[in-house]
Amino acid sequence: MEFFSKVGASVEESLGYVGELTTLAGQAAYFTFVAPLRGKPVRFQRAVSQAMEAGVRALPILSLITFFIGLILALQAAYELRRFGAVSFVANAVALSMTRELGPLITAVIVIGRSGSAFAAELGTMKVSEEIDALETMAINPVGFLVAPKFVAMLIMLPCLTIWANFMGILGGSLFGVAQADFTFWRYILASLDALFLRDVITGLVKSVMFGATITAVGCLEGLKTTGGAEQVGRSTTRAVVMSIFLVILVDLVFTMLFYFLGEH
Amino acid sequence: MPDSFATADPPGEFDGPMISLRNLRVSYTGREILHGITFDVQRGETLVILGGSGSGKSTLLRTLVGLERPTSGEVWIRGKNFAAISEAQRDEIRKHLGMSFQGGALFGSMTVGQNVALPLVEHTKLEPSTVEIMVRLKLDQVGLSGFEDFLPSQLSGGMKKRAAVARALAMDPEILFFDEPSAGLDPIIAAGIDQLILELKKAFRMTIIVVTHELASAFLIADRMVLINKGDVIAFGTTEEMKNSKHPKVRQFLDRVPEPAVAQELDYLQMLTEPSTKTGEGRQGKSR
Repeated sequence: MEFFSKVGASVEESLGYVGELTTLAGQAAYFTFVAPLRGKPVRFQRAVSQAMEAGVRALPILSLITFFIGLILALQAAYELRRFGAVSFVANAVALSMTRELGPLITAVIVIGRSGSAFAAELGTMKVSEEIDALETMAINPVGFLVAPKFVAMLIMLPCLTIWANFMGILGGSLFGVAQADFTFWRYILASLDALFLRDVITGLVKSVMFGATITAVGCLEGLKTTGGAEQVGRSTTRAVVMSIFLVILVDLVFTMLFYFLGEH
Repeated sequence: MPDSFATADPPGEFDGPMISLRNLRVSYTGREILHGITFDVQRGETLVILGGSGSGKSTLLRTLVGLERPTSGEVWIRGKNFAAISEAQRDEIRKHLGMSFQGGALFGSMTVGQNVALPLVEHTKLEPSTVEIMVRLKLDQVGLSGFEDFLPSQLSGGMKKRAAVARALAMDPEILFFDEPSAGLDPIIAAGIDQLILELKKAFRMTIIVVTHELASAFLIADRMVLINKGDVIAFGTTEEMKNSKHPKVRQFLDRVPEPAVAQELDYLQMLTEPSTKTGEGRQGKSR
C-alpha cells in the first residue's frame, strides 16, 4: 500500500513540475505574442543580447564537439560496415544519425551546460538579492522582462545551432570518408545530401525547438524558485542542469516515437 | 484590461490617508506572521516601523508594496484596496510607489544610469534624451552625479543605497518605502542616508515608510512610529508619545533591555567568565 502511495505521490509531484513549466512557458508566450498587441512591446534588445550569448558564443565549442562526434560516428559505423564491404555507406550513416538525432541532442546538451545553467544562476541570484522583488515593485513583470526574451532567443537560436551542428558533424565524417573510404570531399558531401530527405532535417529541427523550450523553462523556473542564499543558487543551477538533461531526453523519446509511428504511413 | 489604466488617479488628486491597514493578517508557509494590523498613514508623514528581528516588520513592508498577499484584512493604498484588485490595477498603483531594498537590489548587469532609467523606459514614452536628463536629476538628488556609467559592483555600500533611492524616485512616487536603510553602513554613511530621507520629505512632501531597528535614526526621521512585536502592533504614536510610553514592551525595546531568557544566559556567561568566589558558588549550586 505504502509503495503505491509513494508512486502516486511522486507521479503527482512530477505532473506538478511539468505544470509549473508549462505555466511559465505560457506566461512567456503571453508576453511574446499577446502583450505586444496591448502596447507592451517585446524587449528585442534583450532577446538579441540573449541570442548572442546563448547562440553565437556557443558556436566555437559546438563546432568542435560536433565535428568530433561526426568523426566518431563515421569510425563506429565503418567498423561494422566494412565487414559487409559497404564502407561507402558511412556518409549515409553519419548524415542520418546527425540530423535525426545527435545534432539536436548534442546541441541541446551544450546549450544546457552553457545557457540553461546560466539562466538558473542569473535568475537565482536576482531572486536572492531581491532584484526580482524590485522589478515587481516597479510594476515590471519579471516573466515579461527576464524570461520572455530568453524564450524568444532560445527558440530561434537552437534550430540555427542544430543546423550548424549537423553540418559540422557531416564535415567530421568527411574527414574519415576522404582519408579511409576513397571519397573526395565533394563526393562525400553530395553522398550525405543524397542520403537526407527534407523530413529528416525537419524532424531534427522540430525536436530542437522543443529542446529550446524545455531548457529555457527549466532553467528559468529553477532560478525563480530559488529561496535563501548563495548556496541555494548553486543548488538551483545543478538541479536545472540535471532536470534539463533528463527532460530533453524524455522529449526526444516522445518525439522520436511520434515520428516513427507517423513515418510508417 | 485597458480600462484599468484609465481609472488610475493622476498623482496628487487623492487626499485621504495614503495608507490604511484594517485588521491585516498575513501567513507565510502556513504560519501566521501578522495577526491583525490596523493603522493609518497620512500624506506627507514619515512613519517608522520598529520591531525586533522576526517581529514581522519586513513582512508588513512586503505586504504594503504588494509582494505578499494578505490572508485577510484590507490594505488601502491611495484609496484602493490593494488586496482585492487585479494585477493590472495593482501595477498601476505601484507606479506611484518607490521602494529602496535593504541590499539596494540594483540590477548587476546594468549601469547605475540604466537602473534609474528602467522604470521610465518601461512605463513612459519619454524620449531617450529626456530620460537621460531625468536620470541625471535623480542621481543629483541623492548626491551621485556623474556615476551614470558605473556598474553597481563598482559602488560602495552607501552609494549603492543612494543609487537604489534614485531608482525608487525615478517615477516621482507619492509613497517611498525603505527597508533597513542603514543596515550594513558605517555610522557616518548611515547618517547621510537619514539626511537624504529628511531632505526628500522636506522637498517633496512625500509619504515615507521606513522599516528599521536603528533607534537613533528612527527618532531623527520619524513623525510617527509603530512598534511591531511578534506580529502585533504594540504601540502606535508620535515620537514623543513613544518616548513617554509606559508600555513594558516599548520600554524594553527603546531602553534596549534583553529578553529575560537572554538576560539569564548573559548572567550565566558572566558567572563563568568572572573568576570570583561567586563563580564557585554558582558551579556548586548547579552541581547539586
